[in-house]
Amino acid sequence: MSDAAASMNNRTALGGVLGTRAAQWVRANLFSGWLNTAVTLVIAYLLAKALYAVVSWALFNAVWDVPGNQTQVCRDLHGIGACWALITHNYRFIFFGTYPYEEQWRPAIVVLIFLGLYGASAMRRFWSIKLLYAWVIGLAAIGVLMWGGVFGMPLIETDRWGGLPITLILATFGAVIAFPFGVFLALGRRSNLPAIKTLCVVYIELIRGVPLVSMLFMASVMLPLFLPQDLTINKLLRAQVAVIMFAAAYLAEVVRGGLQAIPKGQYEAANALGLTYWQGTAFIILPQALRIVIPPLVNTFIAMFKDTSLVSIIAIYDLLNAASATINTEPAWRGFGIEAYLFVALIYWVFCFSMSKYSQHVEADLARAQKR
Amino acid sequence: MASIPASERRPAAPKMRLSLSDPIFRSVVYQVVVVGAVGSLVWYLVSNLEANMETRKIASGFGFLTREAGFAILQKLIDYAPTDTYLRALIVGVLNTVLVAVIGIVLATILGTLLGIGRLSRNWLVARLCTGYVETLRNIPLAVQLFFWYVVIKDNLPAVRQALHPLPGFFLSQRGLAMAVPADNPANPWILAAFAVGVAATVALSRWARRRQAATGQPFPTLWVGAALMVALPILTWLAAGAPTAFDVPELRGFNFRGGIVLIPEFVTLLVGLTTYTAAFIAEIVRSGILAVSHGQTEAALALGLPRGLTLRLVVLPQALRVIVPPMISQYLNLTKNSSLALLVGYPDIVSVANTTLNQTGQAIEGIAIIMAVFLAISLSISGIMNWYNKKIALVER
Repeated sequence: MSDAAASMNNRTALGGVLGTRAAQWVRANLFSGWLNTAVTLVIAYLLAKALYAVVSWALFNAVWDVPGNQTQVCRDLHGIGACWALITHNYRFIFFGTYPYEEQWRPAIVVLIFLGLYGASAMRRFWSIKLLYAWVIGLAAIGVLMWGGVFGMPLIETDRWGGLPITLILATFGAVIAFPFGVFLALGRRSNLPAIKTLCVVYIELIRGVPLVSMLFMASVMLPLFLPQDLTINKLLRAQVAVIMFAAAYLAEVVRGGLQAIPKGQYEAANALGLTYWQGTAFIILPQALRIVIPPLVNTFIAMFKDTSLVSIIAIYDLLNAASATINTEPAWRGFGIEAYLFVALIYWVFCFSMSKYSQHVEADLARAQKR
Repeated sequence: MASIPASERRPAAPKMRLSLSDPIFRSVVYQVVVVGAVGSLVWYLVSNLEANMETRKIASGFGFLTREAGFAILQKLIDYAPTDTYLRALIVGVLNTVLVAVIGIVLATILGTLLGIGRLSRNWLVARLCTGYVETLRNIPLAVQLFFWYVVIKDNLPAVRQALHPLPGFFLSQRGLAMAVPADNPANPWILAAFAVGVAATVALSRWARRRQAATGQPFPTLWVGAALMVALPILTWLAAGAPTAFDVPELRGFNFRGGIVLIPEFVTLLVGLTTYTAAFIAEIVRSGILAVSHGQTEAALALGLPRGLTLRLVVLPQALRVIVPPMISQYLNLTKNSSLALLVGYPDIVSVANTTLNQTGQAIEGIAIIMAVFLAISLSISGIMNWYNKKIALVER
């Protein structure tokens, strides 16, 4: 084995094996039988054709920059090449909305803080009480950066906020604040006390029965009527309240799923140890129940993240609405909706896809732990 | 406390004393406290509401429903004109919601089932393609997809005069999809009636076949005979009527199509968006349902001598359905609720009609109450069916 020839020999032998393996794989997965072969060929042909059309539109014939706002070049190529100049000219507005231009480093840092918090929470070695502190500090820093008014940063009112930070704020604060409510609602729904159980069931089913759109309407039109006259809360906060109320009901159902999966013996053991209801729930039941519902919790968060795009209905400039505003307000960029929405879709997709991959990963981990 | 069963309570104390260590008393206290807190919150909100309504001079009540609406609606299934009442406008909205939801559910189920089976295909290319579809569409918000489809139709399809003509009788343009439909014919209702008779006969037949099999053990090919009945009866009626082949084909007159059925672009956008989005979720449900039935079940059925078709129908499908149906129904519910995004593309569903109503009349609370009531009615009836079905098929545990 010491001389080069032998290792060379080995390598070619290995290559041969790999070659036949690859051929075997292709035969088994693409060309087994005439029907399979025909399907493969037809799909490959259509796919190649579609791919060619898309690539030549999105890359080869695309316009990446235009002088000033002169979009005539783009208009001439309409349907032939993409007008990515729309993005290169307007990305700051799409990302940060009407936040003052010179201050946009603040929302940029906010986005980074969010990404850091998500990343740290995904890694199991960071799962400790320190993570909780990190979240508290992080969310406080986000508030300070967005509002300003301290440390020499000018105060920016929430009606100037926009773009990606709005999306992240609504989804994250929504989930964080709704989570404890969701846990209590889930416990209440499984309670033996009829009055509490009824209240929780009614709340959960009521919220889950109506679309988020109607909740947002309620928050924007009805909420001011339900509050004292001298108390006015801004539009963003009202939307946040709607998202929290909505999310709490869905999180409650997820947590309930976890509670139901805990065997009765665990409850009985807690009682037998002489633990009170709250002690048993906090130290025996919830730790186990919440652990198994991590994947569905992440999925609920993904759904919330996507649902925040509905706030455009009540004229809040989140990521989606900022992109719409770009193509609907400036005549120069009118008609390039496909480019704008593809860009926004890509951003949402990156967030949601990585979260769903993570949830699948955790699910597989938990399944392995269960098997042992 | 709540978790201590009644049987473990101490034997009756010599003297009744109200103490927090008495589980019954404690549970009553808890409930009174919680109900009291919720009740006073509601009372507080309502008293604010009354004060606000008084200072802002907002009248309450549903009296406005009988007033003239005064706005036009793009698409209506029943006769409606701006001179009609708000009530009628809202009914038009509800019907539009139901229309897009029902068609969306049917199409999403078909597309989703195909995709779900496709993901399990032995052909690598097919499986990858279906996976790619699912992973792409379910990770992009529906609102983005609706906006996308809307600009595709509005800004990128040809004008009416250059309408695309993909299939005979279909015209696709910025103005939506114009389709040919069978022309009015006195035989049409009879053909429908024949189909209904076919369905009824099939139901009766399957009952009879089941009874006969229970009594004599002889199976009867209900599936084939039923399908033949449902197809043959309408065709026979059609032939008996002289086989009318006239179609009402849309024709370009002036700036728009006349004749046939024209689906407005808002409807097409919403339908395409809802269908393709929900299909991605349904695909996952179908796939996991099929995977949930262990292969041993199929092998056991085959070992018992059941033919493949019966194995699928009697062993695999019932078990897969137990997994598939509950999440499927919640997807149907989601689709129905998501149809409220019609507002984004201007399709006149119940939400956008109620929105116009509340903007015109200032009756915010009544308008939102109507939206919520409509969706709650739909949701509760669907989840009622779901719970009933769940109970019926759930495995009985100790």
